[in-house]
Amino acid sequence: MIGGLFIYNHKGEVLISRVYRDDIGRNAVDAFRVNVIHARQQVRSPVTNIARTSFFHVKRSNIWLAAVTKQNVNAAMVFEFLYKMCDVMTAYFGKISEENIKNNFVLIYELLDEILDFGYPQNSETGALKTFITQTGIKSQSKEEQSQITSQVTGQIGWRREGIKYRRNELFLDVLESVNLLMSPQGQVLSAHVSGRVVMKSYLSGMPECKFGMNDKIVIDKQGKGGASEEAAAGKSGGGGGKQSIAIDDCTFHQCVRLSKFDAERSISFIPPDGECELMRYRTTKDIILPFRVIPLVREVGRTKLEVKVVIKSNFKPSLLAQKIEVRIPTPLNTSGVQVICMKGKAKYKASENAIVWKIKRMAGMKESQISAEIELLPTNDKKKWARPPISMNFEVPFAPSGLKVRYLKVFEPKLNYSDHDVIKWVRYIGRSGIYETRC
Amino acid sequence: MPAVSKGDGMRGLAVFISDIRNCKSKEAEIKRINKELANIRSKFKGDKALDGYSKKKYVCKLLFIFLLGHDIDFGHMEAVNLLSSNKYTEKQIGYLFISVLVNSNSELIRLINNAIKNDLSSRNPTFMCLALHCIANVGSREMAEAFAGEIPRILVAGDTMDSVKQSAALCLLRLYKASPDLVLMGEWTSRVVHLLNDQHMGVVTAAISLITCLSSKNPDEFKTCVSLAVSRLSRIVSSASTDLQDYTYYFVPAPWLSCKLLRLLQCYPPPEDGAVKGRLVECLETILNKAQEPPKSKKVQHSNAKNAILFEAISLIIHYDSEPNLLVRACNQLGQFLQHRETNLRYLALESMCTLASSEFSHEAVKTHIETVINALKTERDVSVRQRAADLLYAMCDRSNAKQIVAEMLSYLETADYSIREEMVLKVAILAEKYAVDYSWYVDTILNLIRIAGDYVSEEVWYRVIQIVINRDDVQGYAAKTVFEALQAPACHENMVKVGGYILGEFGNLIAGDPRSSPLVQFNLLHSKFHLCSVPTRALLLSAYIKFINLFPETKATIQEVLRSDSQIRNSDVELQQRAVEYLKLSSIASTDVLATVLEEMPPFPERESSILAKLKKKKGPGAVTVELEDGKERGELNGGGDRGGDAAIAASNASTPSPSADLLGLRSTAPVSGTTPSAGSLLVDVFSEAGPSATSAGVNDDGFLSSAPPTVASEDPAPPLPESDELLNKFVCKNNGVLFENQLLQIGIKSEYRQNLGRMYLFYGNKTSVQFVSFNTTVSCPGELQSQLNVQTKTVEPLVEGGAQVQQVINIECLTDFIDAPLLNIKFRYGGALQNISLKLPVTINKFFQPTEMAAADFFQRWKQLSQPQQEAQKIFKASHGMDTEVLKAKLLGLGTALLENVDPNPENYVCAGVIQTKAQQVGCLLRLEPNAQAQMYRLTLRSSKDTVSQRVCDLLAEQF
Repeated sequence: MIGGLFIYNHKGEVLISRVYRDDIGRNAVDAFRVNVIHARQQVRSPVTNIARTSFFHVKRSNIWLAAVTKQNVNAAMVFEFLYKMCDVMTAYFGKISEENIKNNFVLIYELLDEILDFGYPQNSETGALKTFITQTGIKSQSKEEQSQITSQVTGQIGWRREGIKYRRNELFLDVLESVNLLMSPQGQVLSAHVSGRVVMKSYLSGMPECKFGMNDKIVIDKQGKGGASEEAAAGKSGGGGGKQSIAIDDCTFHQCVRLSKFDAERSISFIPPDGECELMRYRTTKDIILPFRVIPLVREVGRTKLEVKVVIKSNFKPSLLAQKIEVRIPTPLNTSGVQVICMKGKAKYKASENAIVWKIKRMAGMKESQISAEIELLPTNDKKKWARPPISMNFEVPFAPSGLKVRYLKVFEPKLNYSDHDVIKWVRYIGRSGIYETRC
Repeated sequence: MPAVSKGDGMRGLAVFISDIRNCKSKEAEIKRINKELANIRSKFKGDKALDGYSKKKYVCKLLFIFLLGHDIDFGHMEAVNLLSSNKYTEKQIGYLFISVLVNSNSELIRLINNAIKNDLSSRNPTFMCLALHCIANVGSREMAEAFAGEIPRILVAGDTMDSVKQSAALCLLRLYKASPDLVLMGEWTSRVVHLLNDQHMGVVTAAISLITCLSSKNPDEFKTCVSLAVSRLSRIVSSASTDLQDYTYYFVPAPWLSCKLLRLLQCYPPPEDGAVKGRLVECLETILNKAQEPPKSKKVQHSNAKNAILFEAISLIIHYDSEPNLLVRACNQLGQFLQHRETNLRYLALESMCTLASSEFSHEAVKTHIETVINALKTERDVSVRQRAADLLYAMCDRSNAKQIVAEMLSYLETADYSIREEMVLKVAILAEKYAVDYSWYVDTILNLIRIAGDYVSEEVWYRVIQIVINRDDVQGYAAKTVFEALQAPACHENMVKVGGYILGEFGNLIAGDPRSSPLVQFNLLHSKFHLCSVPTRALLLSAYIKFINLFPETKATIQEVLRSDSQIRNSDVELQQRAVEYLKLSSIASTDVLATVLEEMPPFPERESSILAKLKKKKGPGAVTVELEDGKERGELNGGGDRGGDAAIAASNASTPSPSADLLGLRSTAPVSGTTPSAGSLLVDVFSEAGPSATSAGVNDDGFLSSAPPTVASEDPAPPLPESDELLNKFVCKNNGVLFENQLLQIGIKSEYRQNLGRMYLFYGNKTSVQFVSFNTTVSCPGELQSQLNVQTKTVEPLVEGGAQVQQVINIECLTDFIDAPLLNIKFRYGGALQNISLKLPVTINKFFQPTEMAAADFFQRWKQLSQPQQEAQKIFKASHGMDTEVLKAKLLGLGTALLENVDPNPENYVCAGVIQTKAQQVGCLLRLEPNAQAQMYRLTLRSSKDTVSQRVCDLLAEQF
């Protein structure tokens, strides 16, 4: 179990230090600073073992969060907890920065007391936490309120309190995906996968029972045999491609989802927490729609000159618009001057990053654009050849590259008298680039 | 150096550096650097006509980026261009870049060398210095190849500026250190020596470093520097502090130069020329005198400089090691520093004293500071100083102060730092063994050691205690008693249990007479520790138990019960289980005789160099601690010592091959018997006199020592008996079993039993080699009139003894009448073709035929008076050669074969015994009275018997035993 949790700033100064177990000494704080933050070689592994002590760290901008343990813990659990911790902190005071952490240190200690007990993770649901850990000073709670909190936190549905009332029952569903790609210069896909999240924001009264459906292959196939009735309805709301169902490699759910039911019937049913929550996380590797294709062309003209030409093609319905497109073309380390010509957008040589950055605000589907650059080089006495790092790309598209569709989200609230039809539902798809690289 | 004018400030560089300093994160820093690098690249690429100033600025930036840890792969060319500039600042930056960044296999090296060559021949002293510095900083082979010929020329040229000379000397030193083969000696070497006479002190200082280095490699070529150095030193030392102006540092004239001169002199032996030597001694005296003067300044720099010279002078004095007067003065001076406020001074003083202690002249002087050193050990706050104090104590230890020092070290051990404990333990163990006059003190010390710092007592240490106890009969009883007492502590260290188990198992019988340490009590005590111990210790304890069964048959039932318990016989550890099963069976099946044979007392260990010493040497690394051995040729009593000690150790270990005499760590208790304290001259003989397990101090000479080695040419005739065989005889007066003889080939064990006038002796011949002995033949003969006194029958033995095998021979003895001499045993065999011929005396003495007689006090005195004729009485007064331990004495008297009569003599200190010697012809009654005098360490032994020869013989035999 987690023995302690430290938060450092970029200089390695300790901002927050909370030790849960006696086997973690004060020197552990320094050990991490010396061996990881101030290490000569940049430490890339998120898990570091120093003197029989394991350090699990995540970095958020300039802030290091490190969980420490001497036991053989489940590393995935620790990282899940650290991410959750980040989420909770973000929910409380926004961006995780040194300034914010310093300003909220009392709150953070309070949170750490609540979400970890003797190193065991406890309830980390922001909604639930916010009912009894507030930023507005001590709220004198009545006896009833206190007992209600107690029963909620210790009860079966710890993430939602009773007696929530909304005039308008509303529900927002975001499908957020990031697509990762590595492509050879000839256009061969070397690796590609999509990692996605379904984020739900609900403003529903009472204790609603929800049921979520998507075009998961297994479910569709099963229903196909039994004769599907709802499929037609789902098909209408589809956005992009004509794919019927997708194969999900693996997925994880929010704690509110009844896993036993999912295992038995593949149906996703749950009582959602109030406000925002990440309903599920998934990963797909098959039949991915690659929104952009990058075609590089690099020609070395003698020892002191390099010609680069890059073409990008958008590969989705012409009616959709991609946004925030950025292509990053690395330049050799001995670049002494760059001339760029591009048809669309803006391109600039950024010396501090050793790259040409080409930005396009908007681009419709089935279009093509091109940039060409002349790079002047300084001859060096180093025999090392330039390693030619891959060209990377950033973008945002309004559909899910995995092909995932939300088929339905039904809400039942037996006690209060509103039905599924009274709930206003919004669905949105956003596909973003993860590590989207093409070798050149 | 020309001052940097404001125009040369390089604002761009300053801005860049401050930008870097202000970066919040590593990433930001890398970004800024990348940006700057791109900028510099574009600048270097763009217009070729970059002016000197910007070139310098950008090269400087590159250098800064490189020093931050980033790779720089361009800009070298620009830096080389800077070398040819005429501006000092530009040239300087160029050289700086080259010195830091250029690697030896660069293509640019030719260009660089060219630029350097130009500067060296430029006759501009500043440029020459820059070039020399660059050569020294790079110091590569290429540089050495290019300039090794040039630099000596610059160094000795008459018209070279002083500052250039300094740089040239240091540059040459660097090249010589990097590639000595390229710097060739030549006619310049003699001229370099004369730089010692240079007017400019800076040149002298630089040159002397070079000369010191060169002369340590080829001392002969630079011999002339000694007299020059001495005269230079004497000029500095005798000068007033104001004479040297710039080179006077806080009122001390040229301290660095003085130190270097003194260090140079340490490369050479004392000067032979009387005048030079006189001058040098004068200098050293002056330095020592100056240390006594009140300080001219309170500043710490003043005293530092002064002390630096002083310490260097003291090391020179130690190096010469020939001026007793100076050595003693140095020692006194250091003695003052021992109590100085400054920790560093105390440290240095202790360190220097360590080396002083190894000099014969100053050893005594060092010893006078023992109190201070002990105090330092106790009160010093700095651990490294305490360590030095411990080292010094070890070095100054000799026979006179061993007890005190060992006691102090022991008491310090309780609070010592963990890091040095093990070393301290080893030191205590070695000192205790080496200077043990009295083995009971040794046993006490080591047991104390185990008690205080048991964790740090290595196996070697406690092995050694056991070896010594087993080899020395006189401490066995005492050791058993002490161990028994030590074990009674509620918590004792496992090592203590090991020693206790071993010693009680062997010698528990010596203290069994006392009801407080009766066999059962001993056993229960040991067994109470059993369960707290680790497996090896438990195994050892099990062996001790089975030995108990042999020693004390009355404990058999109890011990068998213990062995039979499930925790032993079903122990999960195979070793323990096997021991338990085997011992249990052995004790229940074997007869007493067999048991006695199997569980016989351990034979004495062959003497060898103490393994503790080897361990300490290993711990400290070679040369750090060498213990001088008492070798006769060397002065033996010192512990510190330099290389000489190491040589002696090697010599000694060589010497130890033929004879086990080289355990030079004492075993000296025979010395007091011979009554002479060993003088340096007689040491050689003394060492050899300890050849055997113990040998007579009288009849031993070098030949005797050699004869214990197998004679190379041996005749078929029985060899004359070994000189030490008389001693062997004495060893067996009070005991019947043991090892009679041992060399590299053969071990002879003996076991004998006597009843009335008959005796049976078992001899066990063990072949220690892996090769068989052929024509093995033994004969027992009774020379002279013994033939009519003793009837000896032997059975022949097998003529073939396999390697590693043992053969047994039984000898039956009948005593016809009383006798004096002992029968001779002659052994002949061929080992690898060479005939071996060994003669020994069989340990058959008249007292073996004693029959104990119990009698009351009245009876005793009545008989005593009956035997009052003068010839019936034999009396001897002699000095105790071993400790006067009651239990040991009793054991010996019992071993003699007589009955020990309690409550007979009115003085309880005295011992009274009675017995009858059974011969075939007659029975001779014998009464004995032994009166020890503890203060004088003397005994008076009186024997009365009905036959005068018997009285005399028994008296003689017994007198050797105490």
